[in-house]
Amino acid sequence: MNIVENFDLYAPRLVDKEEHFSAGHRACQGCGEALAIRLMCKALGKDTVIVNATGCMEVVSTMYPTTAWNLPWIHVAFPNSASVGAGVEAGLKVLRRKGKIADRDVKTVAIGGDGGTFDIGLQALSGAMERRHDLLYVCFDNEAYMNTGIQRSGATPFGASTTTAPAGADSTGKSEWKKNLAEIIAAHNVPYVATACHSYPFDFMNKVKKARKIKGPSFIHCMSVCPTGWRTASEDTIKMGRLAVETGVFPLYEIENGKYTMNIKPDRLRPMEDYLKLQGRFRHLTPADIEVIQTRVNLEYNKLLNKVENLQSWEDLS
Amino acid sequence: MSERVGMEIALAAAETVALCRPDVIAAYPITPNTHIPEHLSDIVAEGRLDADFICVESEHSALSACCGASGAGARAFTATSSQGLLYMAEVVPIVSAMRLPVVMIIGNRALSGPINIWNDHSDIMSQRDVGWISMFAANGQEVVDMTVQSFKIAEHRDVMLPVNLNLDGFQLTHVVEPMLFPSQEEVDAFLPEYEPYAAVHPDNIVSMGTLALPEIFNEVMKAKDEVLKDSKKVILEVWKEWEEKFGRTYKPVESYRTEGAEILLLAIGSMAETAEVAIDELRDRGMPVGLLKLRLWRPFPFEEIRNAVKGVKAMAVLDRAVSFGGPGGPVFSEVRSALYDEKVRPTIISEIIGLGGRDVPVGDFIKIAEKAARVAKTGPEEEYEIFGVRGS
Amino acid sequence: MEKAKKWPEDWQEIIPGCMVFRPGSAREYHTGSWRAQRPVYDNSKCIKCGMCYIFCPEGCISQDADGYFIADLDYCKGCGICAHECWPGAITMVEEG
Repeated sequence: MNIVENFDLYAPRLVDKEEHFSAGHRACQGCGEALAIRLMCKALGKDTVIVNATGCMEVVSTMYPTTAWNLPWIHVAFPNSASVGAGVEAGLKVLRRKGKIADRDVKTVAIGGDGGTFDIGLQALSGAMERRHDLLYVCFDNEAYMNTGIQRSGATPFGASTTTAPAGADSTGKSEWKKNLAEIIAAHNVPYVATACHSYPFDFMNKVKKARKIKGPSFIHCMSVCPTGWRTASEDTIKMGRLAVETGVFPLYEIENGKYTMNIKPDRLRPMEDYLKLQGRFRHLTPADIEVIQTRVNLEYNKLLNKVENLQSWEDLS
Repeated sequence: MSERVGMEIALAAAETVALCRPDVIAAYPITPNTHIPEHLSDIVAEGRLDADFICVESEHSALSACCGASGAGARAFTATSSQGLLYMAEVVPIVSAMRLPVVMIIGNRALSGPINIWNDHSDIMSQRDVGWISMFAANGQEVVDMTVQSFKIAEHRDVMLPVNLNLDGFQLTHVVEPMLFPSQEEVDAFLPEYEPYAAVHPDNIVSMGTLALPEIFNEVMKAKDEVLKDSKKVILEVWKEWEEKFGRTYKPVESYRTEGAEILLLAIGSMAETAEVAIDELRDRGMPVGLLKLRLWRPFPFEEIRNAVKGVKAMAVLDRAVSFGGPGGPVFSEVRSALYDEKVRPTIISEIIGLGGRDVPVGDFIKIAEKAARVAKTGPEEEYEIFGVRGS
Repeated sequence: MEKAKKWPEDWQEIIPGCMVFRPGSAREYHTGSWRAQRPVYDNSKCIKCGMCYIFCPEGCISQDADGYFIADLDYCKGCGICAHECWPGAITMVEEG
């Protein structure tokens, strides 16, 4: 593939031309997570080590004897990308201190899906953030354990039908609300926490670049649309991400030293129905169910706006 | 010049690990091995060791962090026992599959339930088939010597496998013994700087921990098996070099007063030291009895076991773990299996002793040797015996 | 980047730890064979914004010498994102033969 050097056009001019995550990976058609990874890698650059939890991306990208990664990459198990990442970060730090490797910054970035981050990997993530490793953790959230067949996770939204909390005569799918992981990590006093989505690629890439510069822990929660699990059309992946933001389901914001900033602020939120009706996983919802969801989404959005307006940076408070 | 010092063996283990200059230590406390990571963190805090001590939040994270550090090309160390070993068990076979030379010291402790913090081998015996090199120390000196040896064996380019060194919890970890410590210069001369086969760094891009399809998996497992079996060559070389430099010999199976022995006890770990006292007493009585001490557990020392039992009529294999409902103690079933095809082989019985830290006095070893002498004539009395249980 | 040795390998040929020292070697697998439809470009409508290049999950869209965009059909899975996101409607998805 030839990328012509004089890329004198708007969008591509702003990004690294390198494909650190190459084609040939076995992700589904229209996979939002694969796109998000590709964009993240462009923002990170080549002086990066990727630590990957077991999940869709690990499985589709590294079938021995090939790998889609043009970056150093290590995978160990499912719950531990944060703790393996802590080890990589410590190892690189000590080796550099002892003069055994090149004296330049190499960023350790641990990545995992919502399964490997919200649920089984939460302990390792919490520990790594608390110990303040110089580690960026990016969670690619497609809202279920997709790689094993679309099972319910702590990140699955209320009312979604998954294979372990399916909709049926006695159930409307998941009966609990999505865990707010960005808040949980912010409570660890992590200096940079952000939510992002591949449908806003430059916002996402800027956040990755910002986080990469932090000397300490940082966390990005990236919504990744999964056409297979959400039962959406593969070409709608970008659209679904936009709708998630425009309906207020997944607002894009940053928490920098405790100060909240909304990055994309729609003048008025679109109704939930616009988002839910396009996804097969919500097909079973009645108007009453949608009303319940709408009320809660409004509440959460208002809570967030309240924080954006009122909370000050820790630097101003000390 | 080595100097002889008396100290608690767990602290000695920590001091020796520090001599080996690990880059990253990630460990979680669990009785009875806690003093090892604690003392290491002291050594780091005092500035005597340039390393990162990661106070991980679980044993699973401890071994995972060691994988990350080793994957980055650093020398990594951890220590644990019992439940901690089980908590990291998910990662254990992955370390060997990824050929990361992590060294782990295990202070052997009984597996729960019920919860029991004292010594037995049920923890390590639950991790037999994982592809690690596994060795047992029977006293403090062996702990010191084998710690240094473990790093050298693990990192050898023909090996590149993780090593676990086992010492009995409390019976060894918390016991004070006089030991000869090599000097830093001597360790530096013996153990070169770690040069990884591969490391995750942008200067030489590698993907570690890839997925293996069924088409390739059998071949991967065969390769893993062969490299573990082949590691015995390197282990013997390292032991030979240790003998040349420090004058202390190490063999896969040690023997004590086995010349002309018709009855043998086979012990593993610190119980061997008590068994030696029993052997002395029985020899004084004229009984042709000897002791085998199993030091190398994986790769299994087939040749040495087979040679050691030539001419022996009966052998009692002492285990410190039960395989419930199975064919006897773990060491027993492996030893017996190794001897099955021999044309002439001793009667072998399984005696399980000292579970959960139960004291095994000299008298018990004597009774077991006498039982072995009896069954040499009459044949085994049962599949296996959990020895000394009240109510039997 | 050298091509892979024969597949499947003999046990002696397996790289220790199943490590892969050939970055980007996934490209040996042509995911284009999955396609049920492919993107067709009408360059008269293309404004060369590059958003199709940005949004392709495969990263298989590149620019030709004139600055127009084209998908590498060895890898294009036919997901249709590029066609859907192209604001001037320069890309249409067409059924594969």
